[in-house]
Amino acid sequence: MKTKWKISPYLYLLPALIIVVAFRLIPIVMSFILSFYDWSLQGTGQFIGLANYAKMMKDPVFWQSMGNTFWLVIILVPATIVLSLFFAVMLNKIKYFKGLFRIIYFMPFVTSLVAVSIVWKLIFNEQTGLMNTFLGYVGISPQAWLSESRGIFLLMFENFGFDKLPQFFHGPSQALFAIIIMTVWKGLGYNTIIYLAGLQNISKVYYEAAEIDGAGKTRQFWNITVPLISPTTFYVLVMTTITTFQTFSQIYLMTDKGGPLNTTKLIVYYIYERGFDLLEMGYASAVSLALFVLVLGLTIFQRRIEKHVNY
Amino acid sequence: MDKLRSIITYLILILFGLTMVVPFLWMISTSLMTQSEFNKQETLFIPKEEYHVWDNKGVEERILLVMEKGENSVIHVLDEDLLIIDEYKEVPSSQVSTVRKKPSFQISNYVKAFKKVPFGLYFYNTIYVSIASLIGVLFTSLLSAYAFARMEFKGRDFFFYLFLSMMMVPQPIYMISSYVLLDKLNWLDTYNALIIPWLANIFTIFLFRQHFKGLPKELFDAASIDGCSTFGMLWRIVVPLSKPVIATASIFSLITSWNSFMWPLVMINRPELRVLQVGLSYFNQEASTQTTLLMAASTFSIIPILILFFFAQKQIIASYSRSGMKD
Repeated sequence: MKTKWKISPYLYLLPALIIVVAFRLIPIVMSFILSFYDWSLQGTGQFIGLANYAKMMKDPVFWQSMGNTFWLVIILVPATIVLSLFFAVMLNKIKYFKGLFRIIYFMPFVTSLVAVSIVWKLIFNEQTGLMNTFLGYVGISPQAWLSESRGIFLLMFENFGFDKLPQFFHGPSQALFAIIIMTVWKGLGYNTIIYLAGLQNISKVYYEAAEIDGAGKTRQFWNITVPLISPTTFYVLVMTTITTFQTFSQIYLMTDKGGPLNTTKLIVYYIYERGFDLLEMGYASAVSLALFVLVLGLTIFQRRIEKHVNY
Repeated sequence: MDKLRSIITYLILILFGLTMVVPFLWMISTSLMTQSEFNKQETLFIPKEEYHVWDNKGVEERILLVMEKGENSVIHVLDEDLLIIDEYKEVPSSQVSTVRKKPSFQISNYVKAFKKVPFGLYFYNTIYVSIASLIGVLFTSLLSAYAFARMEFKGRDFFFYLFLSMMMVPQPIYMISSYVLLDKLNWLDTYNALIIPWLANIFTIFLFRQHFKGLPKELFDAASIDGCSTFGMLWRIVVPLSKPVIATASIFSLITSWNSFMWPLVMINRPELRVLQVGLSYFNQEASTQTTLLMAASTFSIIPILILFFFAQKQIIASYSRSGMKD
């Protein structure tokens, strides 16, 4: 290829560049600017400096949404990693029907979150839902699920004196826990497939050597599979965390505006509510930027760590 | 021992598989029930219904049994549409009997749901938006990826990192400002709002760039000697050799636009411009008690994507699993 300055490369780049600049770069810069304004769409906005951020710091619902989002991440991410690695290892062992299983596991991932949320909302219905029917089979009394604001740990270990502990130890509300179950279900197939691809990249030589040394299956799993799969684990960890921070549709469709008692209000739903229900565009932008800082931090953390986990 | 191990493995995998499909099966079976069958919850998966009739001097009337009072029963008499026409009637219990209906499969739920709200229009909007974005994405990605992979120009790395960093920013973060921007452009409540911001997909650009970089240099040299222009090379060499990766990108793009929800929810208010997912979510609010219709609507909203998935499942799964690995 010639290196002299030509106009044509820019022409090739131009269509994509226009879209990316106009609908990514400019909005991102704009949300930064908007966060310093009192902006409500009607009329022109007014510059109010850091007032939105000051308001955010003192806004209990903002902090509750952040707390809920953290609960979601803290439970969902490890559950996803453990379950998808487990099922990927199982799937990697078998000879027949591998393809069929992969199709079945992958189905929830490709279907729309809207349809799936509507179905799961019914599954968690107190009277007619499938979840309570199944729990009934194993002798567990019907749960309120999406309308239960009490903490899941409190409900599970009622007799262990959890009610005397501070609110934090009660855990996420049962309603949020229902959302967690559904969200794990939705993403599990994808992560299982990612793990399966990772497992297939591990050379058989390691296992053969371990076999000769007399290491059992369990030891092989902990001493070979777990360390050698760690780049995949790291990818799943970071990607699941970042996508989990963005959870919105489930909350919109399955709960009554992040209720009961705001216990399922997640940060993106809060941005939506402030921006589009209450038309506080400036304040919603400030909250968006708080989320941006979180995701950016995670991405930088990923870039830093990445070098250390690759084998 | 090995045999036992493998049986257990299969059992675990089947159990996991069931967890994945049961919600779908339940959705489909519910969509085929009558509303009263569902509300009674006598059956989980196979639609069947039990109801009472009253032998009114040789004419069988559909009734609701309220309670039995000694020799007599208190009933509500129903008309053909199952609406109560006669309340708290007392009749001799001997005239009341139970009928167990065989599975009924209410296919009509699908027709009812489809007519209740203009789902046909929502399908049209979704298909229109998906195809338009797909064409745009392929056009912008082929050109820019070709420039990134095969040309040298000032600022190439700058643009590359600009694109990369833009890809890292999640959509909800610029949702509010995009709304303000589209409002200023007067694009809210138009197809423009649904299509134009999505005419470029950075992930696709990187996917293509990676593929184009791997094409043998000799091909381009030979074409160059034969007097083929730069654009000619893209059209005659690169595109034909990239069919699989173009197919992958197209499938990604179609699935993403079909399932996209938050963006069209926010940007569109006019009912006639609603896409399928948004229409379904409004239906969910309006018809929340009509469970069976809701499940029918959910079922037909996912069928196109499931068909696409079943036909191209190998490619879809392979490309998603590759998306998780670094090159």
